[in-house]
Amino acid sequence: MKTIIFKTASTYLLPLLVLFSVFILLRGHYLPGGGFVGGLIASIAFVIHSFANGLEQTKSLIKFHPGFLMPIGLCIALLSGAAPLLVGQSFMTGLWFEDPLPVIGMVGSALFFDTGVYLVVIGVTLTIIFTISETL
Amino acid sequence: MSVYDYLYYIILPILAVSILIIFIRFLIGPKLSDRVVALDLLLTTGIGIIAVYSIITNQPAFLDIAMILALIAFLGTVAFAYYLEKREKND
Repeated sequence: MKTIIFKTASTYLLPLLVLFSVFILLRGHYLPGGGFVGGLIASIAFVIHSFANGLEQTKSLIKFHPGFLMPIGLCIALLSGAAPLLVGQSFMTGLWFEDPLPVIGMVGSALFFDTGVYLVVIGVTLTIIFTISETL
Repeated sequence: MSVYDYLYYIILPILAVSILIIFIRFLIGPKLSDRVVALDLLLTTGIGIIAVYSIITNQPAFLDIAMILALIAFLGTVAFAYYLEKREKND
């Protein structure tokens, strides 16, 4: 679509929405949020950018095919699930650092699992929507 | 009359009645574009209801849900506009 207002807004919305999605991802343990919603928000940011500036520009912005995010995210989730096995506890036990980190808060294996979910959701959603809008 | 009474007895009934009126427009809307505008307005009124509810129950976390709903409503309207433009070009 060739509207200058939407184009200008999408350039500012993209970094803001990605930042908001990271905030939702990090907040997700004790408050609403988490990897799935964060991934959806991040992919919505790229979809709005692709509606405003065309699909080719968004693809050149991402640099690689978003489908590659799926195996990476699954590997991160699997590794974070398998990490307690090294300490002698059962699969997917939550391991937590003693002290909270300054900005992020409490860091544990659940956060890495959420990061994996986040990457998988971004990869799946962007692959689906890019394929649909290519054939439209 | 406190803020809570005001929200309960004035703001929420207004929003509820307006949702009914918008839904009638959504049903009878003669063209597809009328229905798209009505859908957008329905979601915006829903955001208003969520905001009022988050004030009444004193839960600021609901405001983030309203924000995400606004984002999805905006994306839906943009996608419908994109689709309508493409359809007119193809006809």
